[in-house]
Amino acid sequence: MSGNIEPILMPKWGLAMEEGMLVEWQVEEGDAIEKGQEIADIETTKITNAFESPLTGQLRRFVTMDGETVPVGFLLAVCAEEDVDDATIDGFVRDFKDNFVLDEAAAGAAEPETVEIQPGQSIRYMTMGSDSDEPILFVHGFGGGFDNWMLNQEALSEDFQTYAVDLPGHGGSTKQIGDGELATLTDMLQSFMSAMKIGRAHLVGHSMGGGIALDLATRYPDQVASLSLIAPVGFGPDINMEYIDGFITQTRARKLRAVIELLVDDPTGISPDMIEDIIKYKRLDGVGPALELLRDKNMPAGQQASALKDRLDDLVAPTQIIWGRNDRIIPASHAEGLPDRLKIQIYDDTGHMPHMERANEVNALISAIVKG
Amino acid sequence: MSVKSYRQALNEAIYQEMERDERVVVMGEDIAGGMGAPGEDDAWGGVLGVTKGLMPKFGRDRVLDTPISESAFIGCAAGAAATGLRPVAELMFVDFMGVCFDQIFNQAAKFRYMFGGKAVTPLVIRTMYGAGFRAASQHSQCLYPLFTHIPGLKVALPSNAYEAKGLMTQAIRDDDPVVIFEHKAMYDEEMEVPDEAYGIPFGEANVTREGDDVTLVAFGRMVNLANEAADSLKASGITCTVVDPRTTSPLDTETILETVSETGRLVVIDEAHPRCNMATDVSALVSQEIFSDLKAPVKMVTAPHCPVPFSPALEDLYIPSTAKIEAAVREVLGKGH
Repeated sequence: MSGNIEPILMPKWGLAMEEGMLVEWQVEEGDAIEKGQEIADIETTKITNAFESPLTGQLRRFVTMDGETVPVGFLLAVCAEEDVDDATIDGFVRDFKDNFVLDEAAAGAAEPETVEIQPGQSIRYMTMGSDSDEPILFVHGFGGGFDNWMLNQEALSEDFQTYAVDLPGHGGSTKQIGDGELATLTDMLQSFMSAMKIGRAHLVGHSMGGGIALDLATRYPDQVASLSLIAPVGFGPDINMEYIDGFITQTRARKLRAVIELLVDDPTGISPDMIEDIIKYKRLDGVGPALELLRDKNMPAGQQASALKDRLDDLVAPTQIIWGRNDRIIPASHAEGLPDRLKIQIYDDTGHMPHMERANEVNALISAIVKG
Repeated sequence: MSVKSYRQALNEAIYQEMERDERVVVMGEDIAGGMGAPGEDDAWGGVLGVTKGLMPKFGRDRVLDTPISESAFIGCAAGAAATGLRPVAELMFVDFMGVCFDQIFNQAAKFRYMFGGKAVTPLVIRTMYGAGFRAASQHSQCLYPLFTHIPGLKVALPSNAYEAKGLMTQAIRDDDPVVIFEHKAMYDEEMEVPDEAYGIPFGEANVTREGDDVTLVAFGRMVNLANEAADSLKASGITCTVVDPRTTSPLDTETILETVSETGRLVVIDEAHPRCNMATDVSALVSQEIFSDLKAPVKMVTAPHCPVPFSPALEDLYIPSTAKIEAAVREVLGKGH
């Protein structure tokens, strides 16, 4: 009689996650929970985030308790209807624990791949979800990587095919960025779409990646099904150069942490591993010059060079703009005075990373625009 | 990014630098194997296989098997460095330094100074150190304090595979003589290492754990033991900061002083003999600069002042252990821990 018993498992947020700590349950045993409801806080070596229930039902049993660390795929709790007795639930939990194999849970994890867009120039990307004609394509910002979407890509890949790239100059992609102009990165992203035979995609771009997504949507309008721009560049001159310069120059964990903390409203979720990954990325040959060139071309004299706001008038694809009110990198005031037909969402108590800080809400917005 | 051993990480660093810069050459005893004799080429790749595969790729002109004369080939490497090449010489076991110390400390280390800054000596000396290999007293020593003592030499002690690739790459690109100490018990230890080339700047310590109670400063393989001790002590509610200085010369005194100021307590872990080693050096630094920040006397965990024993039981006892580190931490914390 385990047909109507449903497990809630430790999610996998990002490539490196092997285990997670259940910091605190936000619900009680016996509560009726709904799909999408935040039911617990989970901490990984990289980040702490609210965990959304994957299902609707009655939460009968906590298996993983507050403060416990368990592997990805391990049983956190059991949902079952009233008529399932405790002994049956006991049996289900026992069977799960007896049959749980660590490697099996990790084996299903996707790995990033690379594709050549020109001889000697490759792009690293991560794809998840089943094939579709119009996948979601995530484009990160300055200094970021595909893993910035760890709280979005896997969640959205349940319903959609998704790609997340490392832009040129970033992560595991080529460190050659040509003249370093935004439009050059746009063309390289478009080459990636061609190489992957992605005819049309729903673009989700963050910060510099938002500018690239918007540039791509106006220059290659047939290839863009919708646009979700998160704290994008190109909507005003202001940008926090303390962040940009600090990101480029700081090599020590503590000093870099102070810079990275500018990204979010509540810095307690930033782990030492996240800082260490950024330092390791910055050490790779070619990264320093690439980041400096991007800065010099796109933020000369401490201001944004690209003015993309007027391009909004030419857009044909449905577009939404998402910002955090407490963004300390690019002010949320850049979202003011935009055309009425755009959907604009500004979150309180949120910084420059709404897709991490408000992952569940942003995922719902992306899902809605993709579904049309 | 893929999982690589300490050995593979070192090999990849040398390989990529040889590809990038044709002035980079490697030399040493049996680093390829079979030179000038009938038999299998590249059979060895050095006694523990670090340089295997370099000779078939780069040829005998750049991968030189040398006679068994450290004074000859280390001297040769120093001269080659001063005249335009960037040699990576393998001094097999550091215990053999005795026969070539003049070439290292009177010649290579002094060129920049003796020639008024007009000469550079981009020489890398790779060498194995450390006990735990049942190799007895003449093949197990930790002689990095001797090299650290000499101005003009840089000394690096990679503590894992990621560090090994980055510090080796940095060493080859550095214009001064660098001695890289590879712990022979670590060659098979594996971890994620980027496929792309990268350097780790010298003189920048790595803080591998952050805690409130005690700062552990550890060198080379001892960093891993310090990390284990810190993780284990957490269960008792004791949190430690662990500092891996990465290089003993230059030494990141700033990070050491900053982290010891925060915790007020210091345990230094050094596999070298206890007199005039890195543990005494760091203890002196802290006592001199921030004595008033200390809440307890500094504690050193080192090997004893005796040759590495050949008896396996005694050798195990000789090497600093996680248990000894944990005991030292509890001791500096005082009664009740």
